[in-house]
Amino acid sequence: MSAPASPLFADRRAIGLLLALLALLLALPALVNSYILSVAILILYFAYTGQAWNVMMGFCGQLSLGHSLYVGVGAYTVAALFVHYQISPWVGVWLAVVICTLMGLVIGFLAFRFGIGGTYFALLTIAFAEFTRIGFDHFDWVGSSGGFFLKVESHGTLDLLNLRGSPTMFYYLALAMCAAAFVFCAWLLKSRAGYYWQAIRENEEAAQALGINTFRWKMLAVGISSAMTSLAGVFFAFYYNNLFPEQIFNISRSIEIILGPIIGGIGTLFGPILGAAVLTILADGITELVAAMGLEIPGVKQVFYGVVLLLVVMFLPHGIWPTLARKLGLGQGSGK
Amino acid sequence: MSALLQVDNLDLYYGDAQALSAVSLEVAEGQIVAIVGANGAGKSSLIRTIAGIEKPRGGRITFKGRDITGLESYQTCDLGIGQVAEGRQIFPTLTVAENLEMGAMLPRARSRARQTMDEVYAMFPRLAERSDQLAGTMSGGEQQMLAIGRCLMGQPELIMFDEPSLGLAPMVVQEVFHIIRLLNQRGITVLLVEQNVAVSLRISAHAYVLENGAVVMSGEGEKLLHDDRVRQAYLGL
Repeated sequence: MSAPASPLFADRRAIGLLLALLALLLALPALVNSYILSVAILILYFAYTGQAWNVMMGFCGQLSLGHSLYVGVGAYTVAALFVHYQISPWVGVWLAVVICTLMGLVIGFLAFRFGIGGTYFALLTIAFAEFTRIGFDHFDWVGSSGGFFLKVESHGTLDLLNLRGSPTMFYYLALAMCAAAFVFCAWLLKSRAGYYWQAIRENEEAAQALGINTFRWKMLAVGISSAMTSLAGVFFAFYYNNLFPEQIFNISRSIEIILGPIIGGIGTLFGPILGAAVLTILADGITELVAAMGLEIPGVKQVFYGVVLLLVVMFLPHGIWPTLARKLGLGQGSGK
Repeated sequence: MSALLQVDNLDLYYGDAQALSAVSLEVAEGQIVAIVGANGAGKSSLIRTIAGIEKPRGGRITFKGRDITGLESYQTCDLGIGQVAEGRQIFPTLTVAENLEMGAMLPRARSRARQTMDEVYAMFPRLAERSDQLAGTMSGGEQQMLAIGRCLMGQPELIMFDEPSLGLAPMVVQEVFHIIRLLNQRGITVLLVEQNVAVSLRISAHAYVLENGAVVMSGEGEKLLHDDRVRQAYLGL
């Protein structure tokens, strides 16, 4: 059977490009200053969350507009275990994954069992993220709306066990997460689940008529996506060291997660990565430019996101990657 | 002949609205059985309930002597009930070959997928020619052939066709009915839901007329074709 992702891996040129990119990424911290490194970390973070979101929407066609829920709950879980009980994030992460997966499955169950689909499903995901935010605003054990803080260590420390260290450590952690997510998603696409998801995404009615257990496979997509996203929360907590419900559960965080894959190419493996890079670099560039001109325009980033989204939807409805891949002669132009 | 599929007193509701009331029918092995009726009579609802997509409030569905009432659609498919859904539900951005492969994902069909695919290509040479083409770029008739071929990939014993002639050119409609007959000659039992009353009555051994969710008439296809009430209501004669 020809799997959706196979043409890419059959292509030697693509593998060459991929290895070169990987080498460059591995050497990056030695080559650039701390500002560029922080931008790179941000790109990797959004590439990872975008990849996780893409499993649900890109692969299986289930639109979530509430992925900040899993980032937030994942972040708060490990941070609380670490601060209150000195439990290493490598242990706490398991609980974070379990809790987030369960939350995802509850939302999925409510929606898929009772036939809530499309826009209504998206609204349900927003609702869950929102009332979790309100819940955390009043959750004193983790600082409620006043925020929850991890002790910041000096840049010299390197404590891998407790994820305390320099931006370089976080860069490599984010890179490892991105690489693992990429390989995992490539494998998913080629698996039986990937096939079923594609059928459900393309035409759920037909998938059902063919005897595909749509409920089960949609639940799997939600479970995997929420579990993956919770890991981003773990990263977020230890990288930023402070958590505010107002910030982390905010719907604009969810939107930021989905912009990368939409702009890069929904359902593709490179789309989330490319989209995250393009968006983060341009958005940061614009912010810097506006600051350099001595102006202070609040919300300029959001306006910029809107403009980019509009342009991509109008001119590249399938995202940048499928077009780019065709231009580069990769993957038979399918871009997958 | 024993009944392959038997439906007894089926009741289906969408909320408070009753879509099927006490529908009973029998499909004997090897037969073509037609369900005719106007738009909204409950024909599609009946097929969807048998397939397990809709859940009946009352009644019983038996397939090969086994009670399948309330089973999920993936379970009925695996028992051998295939479905060619209304409106050519293909996967537009997958190729013809991938569409067909998708039809053979069931445990019952997986091991013989290669062989079945060759058989489908032999029956529909045009699908073989276009195996690498994206399904969404084909004509309506070709898409209907693909939908039928994909259903065959699951090796069904009973195929339920929901409005297979809908939106197709008259020439293609002829072809579709020809194929349905051909499949039947090869031993597949057919339950046919159609608005094209004349043709479906002509090819079916037995037929049921559905009105407002209830069976109002039944009998041999040819006999119904000459029934005055049927002629008046559905054939405009």
